[in-house]
Amino acid sequence: MNAKATQTNPEGSAQKEAPKSEGKRRQVPRFFQVLLVPALAILTGFIIGAIVIAVSNDAVIAAFQNFFHAPSAALAATWKAIATAYGALFSGSIGSFTEIYHGIQSYYATGDGKPFLLAIYPFTESLATVTPYILAGLAVAVGFKCGLFNIGAEGQFGIGALCSAFVGYSIHGLPWFIHLPLALLAGAAGGAIWGAIPGFLKGLTGAHEVVTTIMMNYISFRLSDWLLNGPMKATGYRPLTPVIEKSAMLPRFFPDPQRFNWGFILALAMAVFVYWFLFKTTIGFEIRSVGANPDGARYAGMNIVRNFVIAMTLSGALAGLAGTSQVLGIDHWVGQGFSAGYGFDSIAIALLGQSHPLGVVLAAFLWGTLRSGATRMQSLAGVPLEIISIIQGLVIVFVAAPAIIRWIYRIRAISTQTIVLTRGWGK
Amino acid sequence: MTTNLVQKNEKKTNLRNRLAAGILLLVAGLAIILLFGLNNKPGLYTTFRLTPQGDKNVIPIPDLVLPVQPAIYILAIVAFFVGGWQLARGIRSTGILAGVVAFCFVAAFLIWAARDNSMDLVGMMNTSLVRATPIALAALCGVISERTAVINIGIEGIMLVSALASVMVATLMHNLYAGLIAGMLAGMIVAGLHAILCIKFKVDQIISGVAVNIVGTGATSFISNRYMQVHAEQLNNSGVFPNIPIPLLVKIPILGPVIFENNLIVYLMLILVAVIFVLLFYTRWGLRTRAVGEHPKAADTLGVNVYLTRYVNVILGGLIAGVGGAYFTIGSVGRFDKLMTAGKGFIGLAAMIFGNWNPIGALGSSLIFGFADSLQVKMQILKTPIPSEFLQMAPYIVTIIVMAGVVGGVHAPAADGTAYEKQ
Repeated sequence: MNAKATQTNPEGSAQKEAPKSEGKRRQVPRFFQVLLVPALAILTGFIIGAIVIAVSNDAVIAAFQNFFHAPSAALAATWKAIATAYGALFSGSIGSFTEIYHGIQSYYATGDGKPFLLAIYPFTESLATVTPYILAGLAVAVGFKCGLFNIGAEGQFGIGALCSAFVGYSIHGLPWFIHLPLALLAGAAGGAIWGAIPGFLKGLTGAHEVVTTIMMNYISFRLSDWLLNGPMKATGYRPLTPVIEKSAMLPRFFPDPQRFNWGFILALAMAVFVYWFLFKTTIGFEIRSVGANPDGARYAGMNIVRNFVIAMTLSGALAGLAGTSQVLGIDHWVGQGFSAGYGFDSIAIALLGQSHPLGVVLAAFLWGTLRSGATRMQSLAGVPLEIISIIQGLVIVFVAAPAIIRWIYRIRAISTQTIVLTRGWGK
Repeated sequence: MTTNLVQKNEKKTNLRNRLAAGILLLVAGLAIILLFGLNNKPGLYTTFRLTPQGDKNVIPIPDLVLPVQPAIYILAIVAFFVGGWQLARGIRSTGILAGVVAFCFVAAFLIWAARDNSMDLVGMMNTSLVRATPIALAALCGVISERTAVINIGIEGIMLVSALASVMVATLMHNLYAGLIAGMLAGMIVAGLHAILCIKFKVDQIISGVAVNIVGTGATSFISNRYMQVHAEQLNNSGVFPNIPIPLLVKIPILGPVIFENNLIVYLMLILVAVIFVLLFYTRWGLRTRAVGEHPKAADTLGVNVYLTRYVNVILGGLIAGVGGAYFTIGSVGRFDKLMTAGKGFIGLAAMIFGNWNPIGALGSSLIFGFADSLQVKMQILKTPIPSEFLQMAPYIVTIIVMAGVVGGVHAPAADGTAYEKQ
């Protein structure tokens, strides 16, 4: 479409030609403009989710069969169904403010911190859930920046988890300041190798990364099945690894059962690192250039193969770290089907966060808190937790297609930079 | 683009591919000897049963009995010979090479695995075909939508939705054909949504596909948990299409029990592959489809309606994927379980690329995946020393190797993945 423009300007190649009347619309702060569409997308997703909740609720259906006799009862039943579900979702993910308030009060009154810790349990649990999502989302985002679509985050996640668990339980008697970094490194390295292979193949032979990463996923699933039932199996009946040594665990901030741990800080640090790497280093610039326009980058003398390999290695390492953070910080062992779902979730997070580290962190917050609260919603309100997947999928559609949101809410075109996320089957 | 650079690159790639393929063949030959040829007791025989036991339809033929040691060495020599030929001269057709590698290796493996034992070869080939059915249908869906340059990685989601729709309607109406039609319609609707997102709203096609997958898995799992498992008797209990032996044809030895004794969906798959192949390469519709995929602007200039062609093809692809979805429920188990497609949609995409965006090629590569699937079931019975997990890995590893080494340059439709902006 605009091949010429992209060649001369590898950096912002995907920037759509700015509308001429842009000056007039500058009245709204730019920050607000950027956030408007995602915010409305999320809102719309929740509204549609509410409709699904209401329609699938027996009491609502029963009340509506009697709609013409008692319309207010039908509406009340609808409201109750939705409020119960979303209320449980909220209290499951954030917690209840009154309980937190009472917790603080009782702490000052009696010096007993327990009620407070109990009250913030849902919130810290959400933060613990968010941790791997940040890392996995960053993994996919790094791939996107280089024009690579890493569907293999799930496999890299699993391999990273297995590697770190192996180092975690097989080495005994090391002090934590050696054992923990070693376990983290093992996890990152495992994921990095798993990611580097497709990157390498893509660069050298042009084998498409979407297919190779999917294949690597299946290989990793079978490999972990074998490892968990054979060499890495703990004594016992179920296919699980042994529990890792205490010296390899990521320290937790609060006493049990709170699982919120240093992995979260690690994830935030990695987000900063990725930002620095992508936007402040030469390699990062090259990666983004290759992503924006491989031809332009090649003409500028950049080594495409090397950049593919670097990007996929970093991407794999981040996904591996995501698995590692889950093992060392939360579960302390690896079981079957451990990485299920993280692959697609991380793609969604990277898309929602527009492949920018800050965006990814915010999107991961949303994703993780929703996932964390959904369990409570299922038990309290009887709404299957898959409703979250529906809402999330819709949010992705709306974020990816701002035209729909603009059409629904009658907003005029916003001139934000659209980013090249994927590149077909790779050219 | 400087054509010089491109040509030079192409030459280099060709040479590299040739060398890679030759070395791959030599390695395969070596692997056959090392893995299967050595440490065999001489004088063992492997029996391949070519007539299914208790099958009255087929004209019986004698079993194939092979001496283990010599057979394996002959296969290794064949691989060496073709490999050497490839290194020295170069064989143009990568398909033949891939075929030779696969055949030698797999045959040697089977002879070795079933040594001193007998194996129901025909039954296994039939299982391969049945297991390849949803993969081939997914691949076919991919082929016809990508030939118009619309990537559809939402096939997994489409198949889940249509699997659920078909079993639900089939159970409610007590009619499997109604279920099949419902599955097709559901596939068309979901694919239609994908088409609208991609063509009208110009959403990145891969993102739209991911969204279709997430919503598809979420919605079907939601409905499954909320309704299908709770009211299983009324909603989730349809029965399956019976196997229909085709008169006369089923009597043919080997071919009969493999191909002509299956259920409706398997036949439908085979017919669809043939029909789409002919349509795509020998009709006006096919020419237009391919033109839209290769160079939409040129097609538009010549009066082809690019948008319409894309809508038609993507929705038609949805119909085919819908048949594939119906296979999972009313074609095999008669019940819906969440996430029951288990990645078959993605494997279908791999099969499509592997098969070079050609319906016949897609079927061929689907058969490889189906074969690997059935192999792993057989191996558990034969108790080979190799853990079954590694056998299950084999097709994926082979796909990677072949994509990287031998196939290398499959050619996607030139405009694949790009939205078309009418000027």
